[in-house]
Amino acid sequence: MSTFFTSRLFFVSLALVIIAATLPLYVSGYVLGLLTVAFYFGVFAMAWDLLFGFAGEVNFGPTFLIGVGAYTAGILNNQFGWSVYLCILLGALASVIAGLVLALPALRVRGPYFGLTTLVAVLMLQNFIVVFADLTGGEIGLTIPDVITINAGANYWIALGFMTISAAILYGLSQSPIGLVLQASGQDPVQAGALGFNIVKHKLAAFVVSAFFSGLSGALLVFYFGTASVGTVVDVAVGVNVIVSAVLGGRRTVLGAALGAIFLIVAGEFLRPTGELATFIVSAVALLVVLFFPGGFLGAALSREARS
Amino acid sequence: MRAFQILIDGFAISALYALGATGFTLIFGVSGVLNLSHGAIMVAAAVAAWAAASILGVGTYAGALIGVAVALLTAFATYFAVVKPIQDSRRIPNEEKEIFVLTGTLLWGIMIQELIAYFFTNNAKTVLPIVEGVVEILGVRTPKNEIFTAIVCCLVIALLWLLVNRTRTGKAVLAASMNPRGVTLLGLELTNIYIVVWAIYGILAGIAGVLLGMFLGVSSYSVGPLTASAFSIVVLGGLGSVSGSLIAAFVVGYLETLTAYLVSPAYRTIPALLLLVFVMYIRPQGLLGRR
Repeated sequence: MSTFFTSRLFFVSLALVIIAATLPLYVSGYVLGLLTVAFYFGVFAMAWDLLFGFAGEVNFGPTFLIGVGAYTAGILNNQFGWSVYLCILLGALASVIAGLVLALPALRVRGPYFGLTTLVAVLMLQNFIVVFADLTGGEIGLTIPDVITINAGANYWIALGFMTISAAILYGLSQSPIGLVLQASGQDPVQAGALGFNIVKHKLAAFVVSAFFSGLSGALLVFYFGTASVGTVVDVAVGVNVIVSAVLGGRRTVLGAALGAIFLIVAGEFLRPTGELATFIVSAVALLVVLFFPGGFLGAALSREARS
Repeated sequence: MRAFQILIDGFAISALYALGATGFTLIFGVSGVLNLSHGAIMVAAAVAAWAAASILGVGTYAGALIGVAVALLTAFATYFAVVKPIQDSRRIPNEEKEIFVLTGTLLWGIMIQELIAYFFTNNAKTVLPIVEGVVEILGVRTPKNEIFTAIVCCLVIALLWLLVNRTRTGKAVLAASMNPRGVTLLGLELTNIYIVVWAIYGILAGIAGVLLGMFLGVSSYSVGPLTASAFSIVVLGGLGSVSGSLIAAFVVGYLETLTAYLVSPAYRTIPALLLLVFVMYIRPQGLLGRR
């Protein structure tokens, strides 16, 4: 851990955060709005990477955790008018509880079965939102009366600060002894168990941490949007974007996942003039990266540094 | 009256689901690949059949054949451009190949879906049916096309059963699903077996796609739901078990039809999902799956 503060990765990240923090001084509100969303997505992707890259569990339903956090916060604000911060906190807590409910039985199964259980959880959540339309706004979406702030710059700084703190905590966790145990239990559960580590407890902890950050980020995102809808926080397509971000940026790097998410959202916006082909081009680039640079952006950069 | 209607409609839907899911489970059983571009391949077949029949005007039979051919080509492209490079890659550790195949085929599916939307728009397309008209069965007015769909599905599944159990190639495929290393030790090339399986898969997905296009119509939005329904049927039946998928397809098909007729069409997928969750909790390997 101590070597991290002298490593090149640390200085590059620090420089990037400082440059990003000064952006509101000279770019338009439009760019800031785009990056704000990208930063929240970055947290989704990092939280997912902790579970996949380290615990070795393929969670196909990141949007289950995100959606529970987002909708809980939104509904509490909409129904009871509680303060924004309380709602965000309760949203994150609801996400942790949902994560536990999902993880306890799901961790009994492995590989594709675990993936499917998490995917089904998303489909169920999606159906419930549509069925209980009175409470959730159904397919139209949930209107949220309060927002954190309407200032584009302030929103941007909140998102950047949140992403930086989350990145520090998640990266720190991944490099700590707990992260090593997680990695070991992801690669060879039997051997890690034989060494005396409680694998289930570690994986459950990873799930809880991942759920907490997903839910928190989801709740912050809906208070930024002022609305929560299936298409923005629950849909399987959103979850696919989160997974692609993490793989694109470099799995098992945590920080790479955030890079991947920012790239995906900014690239999607740049390609908007190409109309309907934008998604095609982004998917094609992502597929090429998966096929030819399986380590992702940061994985490729780090292995080059390690070689030189 | 209504009971017969549910019985008949449910059978046609279930047979179609069964056909769609069989190829999917066969590939998983033999090569351990979960192909998430499945829905895209089915839609590609239906749209090709529609375009050939409605735009080029080649007739319904030729259109259907073109649809199946397109599915076959897309299936080969999936194998050679996406799945094989990942399986052969030395840079991807073995234990992570599964997630790379999933991500790769998913992206590939999205690419196919976007291309279809770009060239043929998002509008729903109904392929001209091969047989037209309605017939009365037990007092229920049934489109002949629905009966045709059910018959073709059952015939194709029966042919597949003959192919796998009665021919030399089929037996090699079966052997590969049981013990891939054993098959290579007997001097059979595993890659050739995979190519055969992907060809069978392409034809099955193509026929299922074209029939679906005739029966219900498809659009590029159907890609995700089609993949998801095949995935859940296959898991319900037990990954890799063909007979398990057949049973699961009928369970899901009838459950959906019952809900649609008796409760509301809006809730048609919910009971099947609940059942899936229930089965995952008490029997994670599925109805007929091996651990």
